[in-house]
Amino acid sequence: MVEPVLQISNLVKNFGALRATDGVTLDLRPGEIHALIGPNGAGKSTLIHQICGTLRQDSGTVRFAGQDIGSLGVADRARLGLGRTFQVSSIAPDFSGLRNVMLAVQAKQGSSFRFFKPVMRDRSLIDTAMAMLERVGLTARARIPAAELSHGERRQLEIAMALALGSKAFLLDEPMAGMGPEGSKSLTRFLDTLRQEAPILLVEHDMDAVFALADRISVLVYGRIIATGTVEEIRRDPTVRTAYLGDHA
Amino acid sequence: MREIMILTRENLTNLILAALLLAVPFAADALGQPFYITLATRIAILALAATGLNLALGLGGLVSFGHAAFFGIGGYVAGILAAHAFSGDPLLFGLSGTKQMWAIWTVAVIISGLVGLAIGAISLRTSGVYFIMITLAFAQMVYYFAISWPAYGGEDGLSILVRNQFPGVMTMIPLNFFLICYVALLLALGLFALIRASRFGTALQAARQNEVRVATVGIQPYRIRLTAFAISAAITGLAGALFADLNRFVSPSMLSWHMSGELIVLIILGGTGRLFGPLAGAALYVIFEYALGGLTERWQFFLGLILLAVVLFARGGLLGLLAGKAKHG
Repeated sequence: MVEPVLQISNLVKNFGALRATDGVTLDLRPGEIHALIGPNGAGKSTLIHQICGTLRQDSGTVRFAGQDIGSLGVADRARLGLGRTFQVSSIAPDFSGLRNVMLAVQAKQGSSFRFFKPVMRDRSLIDTAMAMLERVGLTARARIPAAELSHGERRQLEIAMALALGSKAFLLDEPMAGMGPEGSKSLTRFLDTLRQEAPILLVEHDMDAVFALADRISVLVYGRIIATGTVEEIRRDPTVRTAYLGDHA
Repeated sequence: MREIMILTRENLTNLILAALLLAVPFAADALGQPFYITLATRIAILALAATGLNLALGLGGLVSFGHAAFFGIGGYVAGILAAHAFSGDPLLFGLSGTKQMWAIWTVAVIISGLVGLAIGAISLRTSGVYFIMITLAFAQMVYYFAISWPAYGGEDGLSILVRNQFPGVMTMIPLNFFLICYVALLLALGLFALIRASRFGTALQAARQNEVRVATVGIQPYRIRLTAFAISAAITGLAGALFADLNRFVSPSMLSWHMSGELIVLIILGGTGRLFGPLAGAALYVIFEYALGGLTERWQFFLGLILLAVVLFARGGLLGLLAGKAKHG
């Protein structure tokens, strides 16, 4: 078997008496989209926070790209190639979309401690950033302040930033949230191509998108993975049906 | 720098402000009114101090309520070095004092920058109201230290008997000293503009807008902010050294929290994060102090009203009114 890009083993996180993450083991293999689904309050956000470094696990390990990253901070994990998007898009609102992506490009290039050269005349930043914006289809809106972009465009912008980082894995937190039906469809098509770039851990409530995209699905309930398998296996799994899917499948 | 070369509304406003500040002392000199030269010098120095703070507060969103510490430290560096040069007593490790502005400025910039690094290293672990309070606390510590240290005048302050020297310039002539301060201000503004447009400035401004976003692309906001805070402190320290030379006197009042507040007020009046915001704010403040101060002792009451109006109705400050909304690229 191929070495997984991301390997989470026996992860545990308690908040007082509440065990929010209860021995989660999960991996992400090259080229796949692994969907993480579960009802509200199942502990998806807590798990994501531990993967990207905003929360520290109580026990268990997080390995990424062959390295134990369990004790690293957010910025260090990002530098290793963990690219993520947020449930509510996270952008620098005063900057244009272009300058947002340029921030990611400069981070990827190495140093932010350069004080004198104007970035808006730095072709190595601008050209790379524009190429990323083109890939997500935002070229025409590149110079508009990010605050004025629509919900869907901000999501595209976040993905462009993750692309600019040269991410080795994408962690997408409910990318379909708040998107209209058309937006969801085009984003689904885009994510389908994105998996060639790097594997995707997809946390999502939109079951149409999950069933269309996922190679594997893991179901999280009360902090515990109750099932992992292909789309068909998960659809048929009786425990999943009672716990979560209900009539949907 | 191309954006600066193009004559936008903001650049035109900046150019007029800079030209006005330069013209006033020359006119005053021609009319034999040296008092107005002193007023203009005061504006230039306060604008320089506020430009330092603007780097932290305007670009970085770091509301430091303790920049008087750096302003005062710069002032005391000038006062102490001059006092030792005057008395001939060695300072530390057998080093003597100096009356050369170049040397004084260098020491002022280095020491206030280092103190900024130390204060920032601790303060920047907090944010929001806690950051405001902890910077205030550090500045108050420096303030009370200066008051209780009798060697350099304690509460009474320290006089500089003759203004310090600059090679080839008669610094006692008011217009000459104004020009020194004016050039220092322009250089600091140039540095501010460069930093704002640079990679470092991009990361700093992004950290103000969205800290999580900066960390998510792999940049640690703390290091960026700490560097900005130290540079900010160094610039304000330089202004302090010039201020001491302007008044030929330095006292703990330069270190008091009123001074910290005044610097914040200048920036808000002028336009937070705007290149010429500090100059516009300082000009407004000093003119107000002079014009209203002549009419009533309670001029600060009216300043308060204006500040209220700016915060409620003109968030961009004077520059927002004159030059329109800020553009960020």
